[in-house]
Amino acid sequence: MDFTLTPEQEALRAEVRAWLTANIPDEWVNQIVGRADVPRAEAYDFMRAWQRKLYDAGFIGLTWPKEYGGRGLTFMEELIVQEEMALAKAPPILNILGVGMAGPTIIAYGTEAQKSRYVSKILSCEEIWCQGYSEPNAGSDLASLQMRAVKDGECWVISGQKVWTSLAHVADRMMLLARTDPDAKRHKGITYFLLDMHLPGVTVKPLKQLTGDAEFNEVFLDNVRVHESEVLGGVNNGWAVGLTTLMYERLALGFGLQVRLRIALDGVVDLARRMEKDGRVITKDRIMRQKIAQLWIETEALKYTGARGITKLLKGEMPGPEASSGKMIWVDTHQRMQELAMEIEGPYSQLTRGSDWAVEGGLWQYTFLRSRANSVEGGTTEIQKNIIGERVLGLPKD
Amino acid sequence: MNFGFSEEQELLRATARKFFENECPSTFVRARMEEPGGVTDEFWTKLAEQGWLGLVYPEEVGGTGLGFVDLVVLMEEMGRASMPGPFFSTVLLGGLTILEAGSTAQRKEWLARIASGQAKVALALTEPSARWDAAGVTATAREEGGGFVLSGTKLFVLDAHIAEAIVVAMRTRESGRPEDGVSLFLVPRDARGLEARLLPTMDQTRKLCEVKLGDVRVGKDALVGTKDGAWPAIDRVIQRATVALCAEMCGGAQKVLDMTTDYAKIRIAFGRPIGAYQGVKHKAADMLVEVENAKSLTYYAAWAVDENSPEAPLAVSMAKAYVSDAFRRAAGNGIQLHGGIGFTWEHDLHLYFKRAKGSEFTFGDATYHRERVAQLISL
Repeated sequence: MDFTLTPEQEALRAEVRAWLTANIPDEWVNQIVGRADVPRAEAYDFMRAWQRKLYDAGFIGLTWPKEYGGRGLTFMEELIVQEEMALAKAPPILNILGVGMAGPTIIAYGTEAQKSRYVSKILSCEEIWCQGYSEPNAGSDLASLQMRAVKDGECWVISGQKVWTSLAHVADRMMLLARTDPDAKRHKGITYFLLDMHLPGVTVKPLKQLTGDAEFNEVFLDNVRVHESEVLGGVNNGWAVGLTTLMYERLALGFGLQVRLRIALDGVVDLARRMEKDGRVITKDRIMRQKIAQLWIETEALKYTGARGITKLLKGEMPGPEASSGKMIWVDTHQRMQELAMEIEGPYSQLTRGSDWAVEGGLWQYTFLRSRANSVEGGTTEIQKNIIGERVLGLPKD
Repeated sequence: MNFGFSEEQELLRATARKFFENECPSTFVRARMEEPGGVTDEFWTKLAEQGWLGLVYPEEVGGTGLGFVDLVVLMEEMGRASMPGPFFSTVLLGGLTILEAGSTAQRKEWLARIASGQAKVALALTEPSARWDAAGVTATAREEGGGFVLSGTKLFVLDAHIAEAIVVAMRTRESGRPEDGVSLFLVPRDARGLEARLLPTMDQTRKLCEVKLGDVRVGKDALVGTKDGAWPAIDRVIQRATVALCAEMCGGAQKVLDMTTDYAKIRIAFGRPIGAYQGVKHKAADMLVEVENAKSLTYYAAWAVDENSPEAPLAVSMAKAYVSDAFRRAAGNGIQLHGGIGFTWEHDLHLYFKRAKGSEFTFGDATYHRERVAQLISL
């Protein structure tokens, strides 16, 4: 057991720290307390520019191969950069689904042409990606998806509907799962496509969420012609490819979301120092101290459980139970953290953006509401528990 | 960075697991529960032969010279076996206090004998106030005739009734600061005026005593460490012993999870193994998440203690707060998922359930340590 870094890693830490100090815009630092872990519409342009800046400086895609815009480093270097981002309260990136899922999946399964065509543009934020998995009748039960793809010459003709598609309204590309063999068993007849969102027949309709924002969408495909070269990982092999995406999603969660959690926690602590309850500052209230300390402990637990997973990765092992539980811990901790922010604000938690009485401009009201999606998006907590129960503990399938 | 165990540590784990499966099955544990001693000479000698009684003591005093990360591996396996006996009290409380505070002569005399299994030494720290901080030390030692006279009552003292000697924490000076004025004395258990009385405990694998000191006279040479200045050493002992306890608790929690998962795979209800039902499966998944987090925080605390990291006090309190809750919940859920059989005396679950309860309040419960965390992060 050893938490010390190599001289090269120490140098990277110093380099990224100095760079972040010089490059995070002041106006961002001043308004990001408790900032959501997902991109928010009003900040899209800012986050696009920010990601480009990170790319130019070489602080994104550290583990990706050099020939596709990455740096060919290990997860340790990635961890160092993420930790520094948390300390500096760095903004999130816009192409979060591309960097977290599409890129690694294309690197794992793509043809040379696909890798050259797509990967570096994901890192540089030239092409935004969204994820076309869920359908109106296929959510947790993803294998029941019905979107159809029929071969016609060199093209697949695809029709159907996707839903809850985050960022589809700004996306250039979609990771798309469609049924290519309706006669095969549920998991067998699915193919993974790299869909150009600008093709004729693709319609995106924003869905207004309970936050009032419209960050996710319905996506309709009406006889969209997709060239066969856009199949990723082979026809009828989409289930395996799609699961890879989800595995990377969990890994990305282990890294990135722990960082966002830390930033949110620091925000909660700051909030508690400023707010009062019954005439006393919140941080002096015995019960509130207990709650804050508990969240602090759980945030640290997530970090160290993640570190155990990373150690396995560095040794060339696949992530074990530590990694698969990461999403669950994150969700639970983050939702309670947001609840606590509301409790700290007390009656002020009712006031939102637009009121000059709102605390911190109503920022926490948005992040609180947004956090309710955490236990649904990217696989519900119930599905995560099934996965842990069945694949980690070896319990029988339902 | 490497947040995993070395090959040697994995080997230690495998050796220890096999050892306890052979030497400390639940029949052995249950037999020791019924006896006041809680250990057999044969078993104690075997622990010594493995080198485990001196695992964390330096080689020059007869120990193996390993660290707390190594110890954590061993403690997890001891917790898994719900091992009874005075290992914790002797090696990690009495012995560690002599190591931290004792003179070279005291260390030489006692640690080698502890490591070889010849001596058992308890630590009497807490009192009826049940406080873990320096203010809890109110029993007094007054200087008289070139020595000291000790009087007061110590409570929740592990294994005092079978110890050859007891290290007692006494107040030797009243000052504004509770940390100032605490001294340690090494007192033979058969000293005149000392009475160690075994108390009936919920967890029968842990033997707790009341130790009454009625004007016990000791010489100057009984002093362990400096007069009035023992608290920093005690603080370090508590910190280290807490890490070891957390590891033992993690081992117990993992064992409960394993028993529960195994049972859920074979117990049939409504025509299917109960583990197929989400009501059972999801609870088991929750247990796994908590057990893994508990281990992560414990391993980090062990590393921080070994490295004398400034973060060690925070790391230890984070671990104890989390592990206290996690083990209690795992043991409770284990009983629930087993149904009626889990509530029987015959089934081993209650050993872990009771161990969880006892350990929860040893060195401070989750509430106590969350408040410490709050202080250490400057809330």
